[in-house]
Amino acid sequence: MAEQYESIIRLENLSKIYDGKKVLDHVGLDIKRGEFVTLLGPSGCGKTTTLRLIAGFIRADEGRILLEGKDIAGVPPHQRPFNTVFQRYALFPHLDVYDNIAFGLKLKKIPEAEIDKRVRRVLKMVAMTDYEDRDVESLSGGQQQRVAIARALVGEPKVLLLDEPLAALDRKMREDMQLEIKEMHQKLGITFIYVTHDQEEALTLSDTVVVMRDGKIQQIGSPRDIYNEPVNSFVADFIGDSNILNGTMIRDKRVAFIGHEFDCVDIGFGENVPVDVVIRPEDIYIKKDTTGEQFTGTVTSCIFKGIHYNMLVQTDEGYELEIQDYNAFEPGTVVGMHIHAGDIQVMKKDRVCNNFEGELLSPTSVRFLDAEWEIPETQIPVGTKISVQVAFNKVNLQDNPVDGTVEGEIYFMLYKGDRYHITVRTKNDEYIYVDTNDIWDKGDQLGVKIAPRNIKITPIKDYKDDD
Amino acid sequence: MTIRRSAWAIPYGIFLIAAVALPLIMIAVYAFQDRSGSFTLQNFIKFFKTPEDLHTFIYSIQIALITTVLCLILGYPAAWILANSSLNRSAVTLILFILPMWINMLVRTLATVALFDFLRMPLGEGALIFGMVYNFLPFIIYPVYTTLHKMDPSYAEAAQDLGATPLKVFTKVTLPLSMPGVWSGVLMVFMPTISTFAVAELLTLNKVKLFGTTIQENINNGLWHYGSALALIMLLIIGITSAFADRDDKHADEKGGLL
Repeated sequence: MAEQYESIIRLENLSKIYDGKKVLDHVGLDIKRGEFVTLLGPSGCGKTTTLRLIAGFIRADEGRILLEGKDIAGVPPHQRPFNTVFQRYALFPHLDVYDNIAFGLKLKKIPEAEIDKRVRRVLKMVAMTDYEDRDVESLSGGQQQRVAIARALVGEPKVLLLDEPLAALDRKMREDMQLEIKEMHQKLGITFIYVTHDQEEALTLSDTVVVMRDGKIQQIGSPRDIYNEPVNSFVADFIGDSNILNGTMIRDKRVAFIGHEFDCVDIGFGENVPVDVVIRPEDIYIKKDTTGEQFTGTVTSCIFKGIHYNMLVQTDEGYELEIQDYNAFEPGTVVGMHIHAGDIQVMKKDRVCNNFEGELLSPTSVRFLDAEWEIPETQIPVGTKISVQVAFNKVNLQDNPVDGTVEGEIYFMLYKGDRYHITVRTKNDEYIYVDTNDIWDKGDQLGVKIAPRNIKITPIKDYKDDD
Repeated sequence: MTIRRSAWAIPYGIFLIAAVALPLIMIAVYAFQDRSGSFTLQNFIKFFKTPEDLHTFIYSIQIALITTVLCLILGYPAAWILANSSLNRSAVTLILFILPMWINMLVRTLATVALFDFLRMPLGEGALIFGMVYNFLPFIIYPVYTTLHKMDPSYAEAAQDLGATPLKVFTKVTLPLSMPGVWSGVLMVFMPTISTFAVAELLTLNKVKLFGTTIQENINNGLWHYGSALALIMLLIIGITSAFADRDDKHADEKGGLL
């Protein structure tokens, strides 16, 4: 009767807080029986926490985990029908390969002959026959990984949890193991939940990719969907190479960016609405002949990447685009380019300027982001709650953190063809978005300044206080 | 002119030769000599023919074993609690457990005597074992704590994941993996207790005699050759113990012991 549940695991509203910081924020996810699901995201996005919650090593602060429709909050990890492949394998150093794999079966008091049969079967499956008497510490990383997988599979779990299992292997070994894991999944037909920060691995292996950031799910979809139709600029930037550009949706199926208008296939954004546009580097067609092309530019760099060439092109309007093509175009070449309507991915902008809430401290100063800022003199009464708007390009970043009104660090960077769109995280975990031409690195400490004339304030109406 | 790095070891080398190697050689030489200086095994034969000394020797080993076992029974759980971050969140508790290690053993022993006097409890064998356990407990807690503390928590998680109850996680994984620390601690306790003498004299008012005292008495009475032979026998026992412990210590990189 268990087969009646199409979803084997269901996460409902899961939250986890560590030291006052929300590492998982109301995550909901449905995992189907037999599915290969990958949780993908940068470090600290909550993917491993999610896996550990499913395994039962930690308890959720909020929300439920359902296994075949039943809440498993009260089920300790040793009774959950899941097995885990750990990031650093966690093979028991005091046991040999055979005893490591047989560990779980011996606990279940399975007859010796049956244990022997099953251990040999999984060893064969991971191509490690004849290694049963070896000390686990004498094995190479790849061999240890195989033993770890065999140990997790021998108990025939309903779900196999894999926590960045290939992170410690070299590239060649990783690619081989990816294929083997995918084959194993197809052969066994059980559900795999796989955690990785490697987008290529996620796209190669998965039926479904779950992109996470800051404890929240950004997008759930097939590898193809995630690649071709990223829902926001974070996903677009994280998955594959991309040109992410500021654009304006002129009307349905017509969008303007890099100083030109293009036909596209997106509808329903409204008219003259600012949007983000994503173009994959391989979707820009490049030619030496400029006649009849949509726009023109000059190649500034060209690097051979094995199969294709990776080029940077400066358009005549001053935007820099990344283009991939099988043919090389030497730097300095004048080229014509065009983009097919179907290859233009239009995304709603998360925001068009910085919005903060604050309070007027005096006619010439206002408090927001836990700091006091100078503003041009205003007639609004002191103490009024106000809404503050600051344009992205009016925020000034200082090399020296103490020179700023608030201190922060570069949290995320996006190149938008002609400028960087930077997310600055302040000391108090608030975000400021900045457009700049300066080059920063992720993690750089800096100070934030805003000229008084660039701080736009409007009083918040009383009725708004309630929401 | 630059001095080679290895030259820095010369002062310690001199100390080592003068204070460790030479006395050891002298003990070995004396043990196999009679009063006239010629080679003999008489000193060892005398030991086996003197029931009192033989008895003291066996009794000392018994006391050392009892002390070690008691230290282990008390110390392992303490180390386990200290290493468990959900039970012990502060480093201060560890310091409190280790603190007695920093105080001179004689001072601690005199304090034990005063404590027994205060409680009007008789000094003797009981006081001796109590005093020794009190003296040596930190020496077992510390190495066990270090191994448990350094142990990758994913081993325990992996065991749990494979179906082990918390008790099985302990007996099948945590305990076997902490054995290097246990052996290290056992050596730290067993070896010094077997040669104790001053502590025993203070805690038992000379009522109970340990092997260390026997050696001291012989040497003090000018019986250098016999005393040396007794010392050599004791060294042999200590040597056997540590060789035995070493054999079980093959996962050298996992251990966090003091040795």
